[in-house]
Amino acid sequence: MSRPQSQAEYLARLVPPSVAGINRRSLLAGAAGTGALLGTGLLAGCGDDSGSGGSSKDVSLGSNQSDPKPKDVLVKVTDGFKTSSGVQVAVNTVDHNTFQENINNYLQGKPDDVFTWFAGYRMRFFAQKGLASDISDVWSKLSGYSDAFKKASTGDDGKQYFVPATYYPWAVFYRKSVWQQHGYQVPTTMDQFTALGAQMKRDGLIPIAFADKDGWPAMGTFDILNLRINGYQFHVDLMAGKEAWTSDKVKKVFDTWAGLLPLHQPDSLGRTWQEAAQSLQQKKSGMYLLGLFVGQQFSNEEQDDLDFFTFPEIDPAIGAKALDAPIDGYMMARKPKNEDNARKLLEYFGGKAAADINLKNDPAVLVANSGADVGGYTALQKKAAELVGSATEIAQFLDRDTRPDFASTVIIPALQQFIKNPKDIGGLTSSIENQKKSIFTD
Amino acid sequence: MSDLPLIQADRAVPPPATTTSTGGRRRRLRLLSRTDRVVITLMVLVPLLLVTGFVWLPAAATVLLSGTNWDGIGPLNEIEFVGARNYSDVVNIYPPFVPAVQHNLLWLAALFVVATPFGMFLAVLLDKELRGSRFYQTALYLPVVLSLALIGFVWQLLYSRDQGLINAVFGSSIDWYGDSNVNIWAVMVASGWRHVGYIMLLYLAGLKGVDPSLREAAAVDGASESRAFFRVVFPVMRPINIIVLVVTVIESLRAFDLVWVVNKGRNGLELISALVTQNVVGEASRIGFGSALATIMLVVSLVFITIYLATVMRENRE
Repeated sequence: MSRPQSQAEYLARLVPPSVAGINRRSLLAGAAGTGALLGTGLLAGCGDDSGSGGSSKDVSLGSNQSDPKPKDVLVKVTDGFKTSSGVQVAVNTVDHNTFQENINNYLQGKPDDVFTWFAGYRMRFFAQKGLASDISDVWSKLSGYSDAFKKASTGDDGKQYFVPATYYPWAVFYRKSVWQQHGYQVPTTMDQFTALGAQMKRDGLIPIAFADKDGWPAMGTFDILNLRINGYQFHVDLMAGKEAWTSDKVKKVFDTWAGLLPLHQPDSLGRTWQEAAQSLQQKKSGMYLLGLFVGQQFSNEEQDDLDFFTFPEIDPAIGAKALDAPIDGYMMARKPKNEDNARKLLEYFGGKAAADINLKNDPAVLVANSGADVGGYTALQKKAAELVGSATEIAQFLDRDTRPDFASTVIIPALQQFIKNPKDIGGLTSSIENQKKSIFTD
Repeated sequence: MSDLPLIQADRAVPPPATTTSTGGRRRRLRLLSRTDRVVITLMVLVPLLLVTGFVWLPAAATVLLSGTNWDGIGPLNEIEFVGARNYSDVVNIYPPFVPAVQHNLLWLAALFVVATPFGMFLAVLLDKELRGSRFYQTALYLPVVLSLALIGFVWQLLYSRDQGLINAVFGSSIDWYGDSNVNIWAVMVASGWRHVGYIMLLYLAGLKGVDPSLREAAAVDGASESRAFFRVVFPVMRPINIIVLVVTVIESLRAFDLVWVVNKGRNGLELISALVTQNVVGEASRIGFGSALATIMLVVSLVFITIYLATVMRENRE
């Protein structure tokens, strides 16, 4: 990748700040898409008096957008749906963490007709267990989605279960002013990357800001190294439990990482990502591999100074075109009370109108639908959208691409163990493999 | 809890004795009026149902589930039994387990050896009616009023490596919460800080109840202050001492909130309770595996409960 041409402007408050790590996902509110055909629903016979009347006139939405900004945007989107279709949306907002932790019980109990979720293993898992409904017919009316997004919305049976709304990429962020001051160039190969890190060290900077107190940020580093060294398909198979963690391929990921660790900020296990991002903001660190939400730790004036590049190529045969870009969106419960309205709502969420409302009210989101009017994007957003658009494959992030029990009870402690003691890679990988075999039984 | 109605039953005996005296050996039963019997039955049944429903059934279910690989999804009849595999997994291939047991024991030792005696010491000092003892009392008890989650946050401000007060004041760069050799001690200081206040208040209440004439008698007999405490006051306070001991053991077994707030019980802060939560609560839903951990914790607790009950019962018999 070349250096950025224009000044990037990035609006903060992408992610509602929170101590809890998983809350990064609450990031993007919203809805996106190309919509269209609303109102022409199946219940045309129902009168034109809009509002809170009979049950055929409303639909319920379970939302994890508990932070003020995304919550507000979601209200505007549902208002838009009401205007266009006359159907009232009863939004049931639950704290983001609570929503995620209770998702099993929620979906098996009496869930709302439509609920917020994200693409990845868990989405396919719910689809396979029959806890979510097939919405292929909604997809047949949607347009503006690239194949990558459609693939990310498809269950194991080849049907669609998910409407993507928003996403954010993971990349290496830096401050342009710092790089100009020292004359750094964006690295495109691993050698250039390590050389740059060494130079930063000589210049008195921490080359790579790093934090893993909450356990998940290190997954981003593992993911990108794995994608660069072994490619996307291996990532998918490894996450699905089909590949052995004791294989040389995984060991090479850890080996490469161990080589990079001296360039990382030390004592990362006691640091939150917010603190690491502030070290970048305070010009103490040279770069930071994180999601787009890193901008949250920068003031509005500093947004212009923030830029990023995708993690450099390691193996020329693999290239540097795959990346993590978690997608947030919507799914339909297994037995919605108002199925017709639920499908209409999903169609609206996937449509252009919803995406435009989203962009207009919260210009700091990347919308999944390419039909949306992205004129309001900042330079950094445009660049991020281009990066993801040019990606050959989009991974969802480790803890979204694999079983949640494996990610949280095995991988997090294992990666923290690795950061503590990067030497014992053999022992670490065999420990992971043993636990994996116990968890991936079916 | 369940012995409450029994006490009530005993008390219910005397008053009717004056009115209905049919004599004979079965007198005690007949002495109870119908209302009494209804009340007693209710007082036995309600707690019994509550205890069974909320304590024993869940405990039994936990033990049962620990033999399965249930993931929290799907009907109960699809649960697959896997025998003792969860237990062998816990012991053999689950790296956080051994540290968790060690940390729980360490926690118990630290509370027992340091925090509890220190709390008792403070109580004795405050009992001396020093000037401003109310203030000290409030200050020391304040942490108990705060929730542990809040305490975790307060200490985070002190302990943060880059932005924390301690490192800022001393110019050090110790990674208090991140270094797995240090963080358990850092957290135990925070936990002990709270425990001291709790024990102090309990013990202070006990000390206020000690008959002052005992101390005066000891003083008249020429016993020194410390001798009077250890030989007279301390033995008199035996009931309180047992409560303090039990509280200490319970606190160390259920230690959870603080490490959970700090880093969800990972990286040097493993505790069994945190591991149970990691596995069972939330999206992970390794319910079978987590239940095995919970059962192990139950067994450990049972050891202490048995010792406690045995002691109490032996005393009652004497």
